[in-house]
Amino acid sequence: MTLIDWRQVPAVLGWGGVAAVMIAPVVIAAFSPYLESRSVPYIVGGFAGIVGLSLLFLQPLLPAGYLAGSKGPAGRRWHRWVGVVIILAVALHVGGLYVTSPPDTIDALLLVSPTPFSVYGVTAMWGVVATAILVLFRRWLGQRYPVWRLIHNGLAAIVVVATVIHALQIEGAMEPGSKWMLCIAVVAATGVALLDLRLVRPILNRRDRAPNRSARALSRPASR
Amino acid sequence: MTYRPFSRRSFLATTAGLAGTALLSGPLGIVAPAAAATGLAPTRSMRGGSNNYRPNARLVDRLGSGFFVRGKVLRAGDGAPLKGVRIQIWAATVLGGEPDPVNHGSVLTRGDGSFELEMAQIVPNFGQPHAHLAYDDGAFQTVFLRPVMPSARDKSVSAHFVLASA
Repeated sequence: MTLIDWRQVPAVLGWGGVAAVMIAPVVIAAFSPYLESRSVPYIVGGFAGIVGLSLLFLQPLLPAGYLAGSKGPAGRRWHRWVGVVIILAVALHVGGLYVTSPPDTIDALLLVSPTPFSVYGVTAMWGVVATAILVLFRRWLGQRYPVWRLIHNGLAAIVVVATVIHALQIEGAMEPGSKWMLCIAVVAATGVALLDLRLVRPILNRRDRAPNRSARALSRPASR
Repeated sequence: MTYRPFSRRSFLATTAGLAGTALLSGPLGIVAPAAAATGLAPTRSMRGGSNNYRPNARLVDRLGSGFFVRGKVLRAGDGAPLKGVRIQIWAATVLGGEPDPVNHGSVLTRGDGSFELEMAQIVPNFGQPHAHLAYDDGAFQTVFLRPVMPSARDKSVSAHFVLASA
């Protein structure tokens, strides 16, 4: 009798790796000496930002079906739930910072902050808001799915790039090495998933179908 | 072909000329800049300088130890040092956040216009290690400064005021 089911090893390694990439930077930040002198709203707001960045690594992997159990509709369902958590993280991030220092947060939101990273944070925030609107009113907006998907992916790319620039320029609780690691992982995951879903898979699909196109056209029901 | 009185070549020549003048007047001061005629220009408030300001911070000998906020206060125009001017200072430190009263204090300038406040180590706040300084006492125009430390490990930060009469 074996204790290990070897068929599950790739799945465990995949999820384990993703969890490690996501959790390690958060745990390291939790040991930051800066936290000692910070108020609870500041710590909560800051960590909402860090967790939000971590979730941006997981988010593109789900609809792409790279992880065990995320193939097809299941992956897209998880993608929606992680999306909801990202929206909550952004709200908690901005809200926590507002409670900590209203003038600094208002300056950032009005794009008059002296800090160079604020404009990227605000860009990412509006990108997330726009994504939420696009998802909620998908049917009402009445766009064709490929158009909707293109806008969704474009917004996702903006959110990811803006968030990463925002995070890298900030001097705060995150340890620089683990922050860079996470940011590179986020950009890589987004880039690979976008290229795979929008370029590689459509090309491969077309190639697979090409020889059968005439046969498929003949067998297509006339009623459609 | 259309005649253009301001050609690309003349634009480049003009730009080069201006750059040349700037180079001469900058480090060497061979060509006196126009500003010199009106004297030392007043310091302008910095973006976000007044954030978490608590007016009339108490005069203190020190607010902690190990970190120094320093600077000089001069009069606009003739550049004379200003003595006995109150400078208010606040920052996020290891003792607490920026709004925390424990991190707010005032000092008076000495005869040479210089001031210094020893306080607790400044820590990055809202993404940057920085201090806040204010002149806000009426005799001169109000100025709020927000100097950023090049490194969070720095043990001091400086900011200077050139004040214009109100």
